[in-house]
Amino acid sequence: MSLDLATTRRIAKLARIGLEENELEATRQKLNGILGWIDQLAEVDVTGVPPMVGTETETLRQREDKVTDGNCRDALLACAPETSGPFYTVPKVVE
Amino acid sequence: MSYTIEGRTGTWEIVVGLEVHAQVISHSKLFSGASTTFGGDPNTQVSLVDAAFPGMLPVINHECVAQAIRTGLGLNAQINLFSRFDRKNYFYADLPQGYQISQFEHPIVGKGTISIELQNGDVREIGITRLHLEQDAGKLLHDQDPTKSFVDLNRSGVALMEIVSEPDIREPEEAGAYLRKLRQILRYLGTCDGNMEEGSMRADVNVSVRKAGEPFRTRCEIKNVNSIRFVMQAIEVEAARQVEIWENGGEVDQETRLFDPGRGETRTMRSKEDAHDYRYFPDPDLLPLVLEQAWVDELATKLPELPDAKRARFQAEYGIAFYDAGVLIAEQAVADYYEAVARGRDGKLAATWVMGDLFAALNRTSNTIETSPVSADALGKMLDLIADKTINGKIAKEVFEDMVETGESPDAIVEKKGLRQVTDTGAIDAAITAVLEKHPDKLAEYRSGKDKLFGFFVGQVMKETKGKANPAMVNEALKTHLDA
Amino acid sequence: MLTGLTLTEARAGLAARKFSARELAQAHLDAIGRLNTALNAYITVLPEADVLASADAADARYAAGTAGIMDGLPIGVKDLFCTKGVRTTAASKMLAEFVPPYESTVTANLLNAGAVFLGKTNLDEFAMGSANINSAFGPATNPWKRKGDEATALVPGGSSGGSSAAVAAGMALAATGTDTGGSIRQPAAYCGIVGLKPTYGRCSRWGTIAFASSLDQAGPMTRSVADAGLMLEAMAGFDAKDSTSSNRPVPAFHKAVGKSVKGLRVGIPAEYRAPGLPAEIVAMWEQGIAWLKAAGCEVVDVSLPHTRYGLTTYYIIAPAECSSNLARYDGIRFGLRKDAPSLDGVYEATRAAGFGQEVRNRILMGTYVLSAGYYDAYYLKAQKVRTLIKRDFENAFENVDVLLTPTAPSAAFAQGENMDDPVQMYLNDIFTVPASMAGVPALSVPVGLNDAGLPLGLQVIGKHFDEETVLSIGGALEAAAGFTHTPSVHAGAGA
Repeated sequence: MSLDLATTRRIAKLARIGLEENELEATRQKLNGILGWIDQLAEVDVTGVPPMVGTETETLRQREDKVTDGNCRDALLACAPETSGPFYTVPKVVE
Repeated sequence: MSYTIEGRTGTWEIVVGLEVHAQVISHSKLFSGASTTFGGDPNTQVSLVDAAFPGMLPVINHECVAQAIRTGLGLNAQINLFSRFDRKNYFYADLPQGYQISQFEHPIVGKGTISIELQNGDVREIGITRLHLEQDAGKLLHDQDPTKSFVDLNRSGVALMEIVSEPDIREPEEAGAYLRKLRQILRYLGTCDGNMEEGSMRADVNVSVRKAGEPFRTRCEIKNVNSIRFVMQAIEVEAARQVEIWENGGEVDQETRLFDPGRGETRTMRSKEDAHDYRYFPDPDLLPLVLEQAWVDELATKLPELPDAKRARFQAEYGIAFYDAGVLIAEQAVADYYEAVARGRDGKLAATWVMGDLFAALNRTSNTIETSPVSADALGKMLDLIADKTINGKIAKEVFEDMVETGESPDAIVEKKGLRQVTDTGAIDAAITAVLEKHPDKLAEYRSGKDKLFGFFVGQVMKETKGKANPAMVNEALKTHLDA
Repeated sequence: MLTGLTLTEARAGLAARKFSARELAQAHLDAIGRLNTALNAYITVLPEADVLASADAADARYAAGTAGIMDGLPIGVKDLFCTKGVRTTAASKMLAEFVPPYESTVTANLLNAGAVFLGKTNLDEFAMGSANINSAFGPATNPWKRKGDEATALVPGGSSGGSSAAVAAGMALAATGTDTGGSIRQPAAYCGIVGLKPTYGRCSRWGTIAFASSLDQAGPMTRSVADAGLMLEAMAGFDAKDSTSSNRPVPAFHKAVGKSVKGLRVGIPAEYRAPGLPAEIVAMWEQGIAWLKAAGCEVVDVSLPHTRYGLTTYYIIAPAECSSNLARYDGIRFGLRKDAPSLDGVYEATRAAGFGQEVRNRILMGTYVLSAGYYDAYYLKAQKVRTLIKRDFENAFENVDVLLTPTAPSAAFAQGENMDDPVQMYLNDIFTVPASMAGVPALSVPVGLNDAGLPLGLQVIGKHFDEETVLSIGGALEAAAGFTHTPSVHAGAGA
């Protein structure tokens, strides 16, 4: 499958990576090169083969329902590039 | 089909499915050990996991899994012994990970049903498609600053159950009944407090319209409606909007809309063009959730009695009517109260008192069943006083009001006020003699055939005994005196 | 030469009080001071006073007789492990100023065992790369030079290139690495050291910055196979904070080295004899086979028919996971933020400025293969092929105890080579990726030099949670090869 510019623009938008128009074309070419190589997978017959996530070796452990964490606002907010009082801040979102 | 919209081109019916997000009752979050308490200081109930710091990993809360199973069992639903968590990827300021951990392909609970009852007494089954566990998002505050939105992550990562109904709902009233019934079941189970004002239960409403016999037409999703009344209103206005579009030859676009209760209208939130591409895929930080049937069975045996079963039992055990049983089981606390009053007593009389005088008193004094000034035990004792003829029904009303006011026991009130019923035949005879002596004319009239005066004499005798005479004994004795 | 010791030797020297942990740490700080400008192996060197204070504490424990298994041993930490109070960058502008308020489980385990951290080693940004050229802090350089060509800077491999360069050059006795598709083994081979990727689940991933969650695994990078076993003992162990962490007991791995390998069955996968594989690689592989036969192993031909799809499968699955794992770098709670009038504007500006080109491309590729309409053809297909790859290993391991392959298809190449064609760059991982896909342990052991005087490594792949047999075989190769070469840039050189 080959990637067109509109699709490249759409996935850049989905991934929230701001690319200039010229970067979009360069990116398209680069990704297309990789996709062309990846397309060899098409020849593998996977009929009846279950997908593997890679973490199915055991079953999920469950933790006890206890409050063991939190109450570390200062430490968290100290890492933030922008805060106001006890909050993180972002440009105003209109809903 | 009772609810239809008459359009210019014919009659339309509505098709509604509901997606309810119910916050799971648990101490800590679905994948982190931070507290879930409502109303904490901003960003204090946040762990490194909830704030999605680099290298942080989710570990699932056992109780949240148990709560989902209990809920599934309460919805008569299939419990899936294999389920899995997927990531739903999108960017938003209230979503620290950039994805929500949810269950897409393999939910923990499959198909089930809820039976609902309408005003006219009709009972309908509404299908449940699935229930899955997922993370709640944080909260944005928009009114704190002119140019900024503020982010509070306290709610981020709290467990939600998303409960999806089949598109079986055909009228706004059914949607309301469905939500009330679902909330009732969740509260009975103790899996969600069902508090829509605090947002611990929220509904997304899928609405479409069609003419009879047609396949489904395009639906719109109305997001995050936060009261049952608004859900019903939103369905009405959205259905009317869609009918209008179709009748004008237009097309309804599949989109996400918001309900504005102030204006009584829905408006576009996100159109199909900027619809999300969520890129669901299995969360590689988590293993499949595999349940032991034995654990599910154990949870099933410990399930509380649910509303439908309780209602049927109340009818059978206490001989009360279907409607009354419905009122009494509406809330678990009321049902428990009623049952404490009714057990070993006259169930019908207990129902009359709880639904009548008690509810009125609670209403008047702005109390709930939990804060009732009259305990179930006290009300029961009062019914015992009626049963053993210590007081009669009329005096009981007086005793009850005193109980509401003073919180004293019925025995104490009866003693204090000397309300004990007069059952002494001598005293009754004396009262009758006194009455007859006072009214020789009436006595003569009665004896000349005016039988209706019997009631007059009963009333006078009761008055003479200050209402305390046993009415049956008064009847009996009067007959003897009058017919002598 | 304190900087030339193995962990095992240094541990013995400290225990015998031949030298102090302070002297050992100081020697390494001096080496870093001399060499880091040239090699750029460390992004952050810890303040001398802090390092020496840790060393002094270790000396006190030796005096008190309470020393842990890594006590007083100065090591480098790949700058992908979050270290409390110490800047952790992932070699990205995104995290250039990020100081975690927490310590990763693996580094906490090492600290508990007494290890002395020297600093945070360079890597490819977010561990994405095979040459350590994708670092926002500049490339790390291989201390090895081609014979007669001291001028050409070679890559140390990647992504754990700073770790491999530091260990090879005597700037740390050992270092931590992480391996997603070969990021421990390939740089170990390029720098002539030992690198072990344990079984998936052996080391906790908590606090290690994620690249691809179903593949990421921390492991040791050392100068001997026994050292790799020793250090893994300290790093590994069950962690309730990582749902994918295994609760199997951690054996005394270092004791596996030196155990007889007589009678063990060694599989040689036919498919790894790829056409065009350089003769020097084939020759080294044959030599390894001969050594193991001589040590009493039985050598068996096996087939892993789907391994040829390992790399393409990897380049769907790893980007898919990374596209989601890296969504949290959004400029709100930590890391870089570029202001813009709208929320989406902040996201787009921050992520465009914060991520380097390779990371961006992988995020975009991952976004694409998961997006509506492409999921089945790419991601789902890759997951199914992954099942086939894992089955290949399971089938092979019914007949053999380990597999022996080259670690990489070439020796270290020059900075600037293989740069234009990403596929060419990805091919460096062709031999390492399949074991990652299957989650099995794999070890790279340096076994010799090629004609240009550059080290070559052989890879030993084992069964799930059977690192011990892998280490035994690795020990046998090490003993037979007697690899004692040191690179031209080295703490001991010219001193």
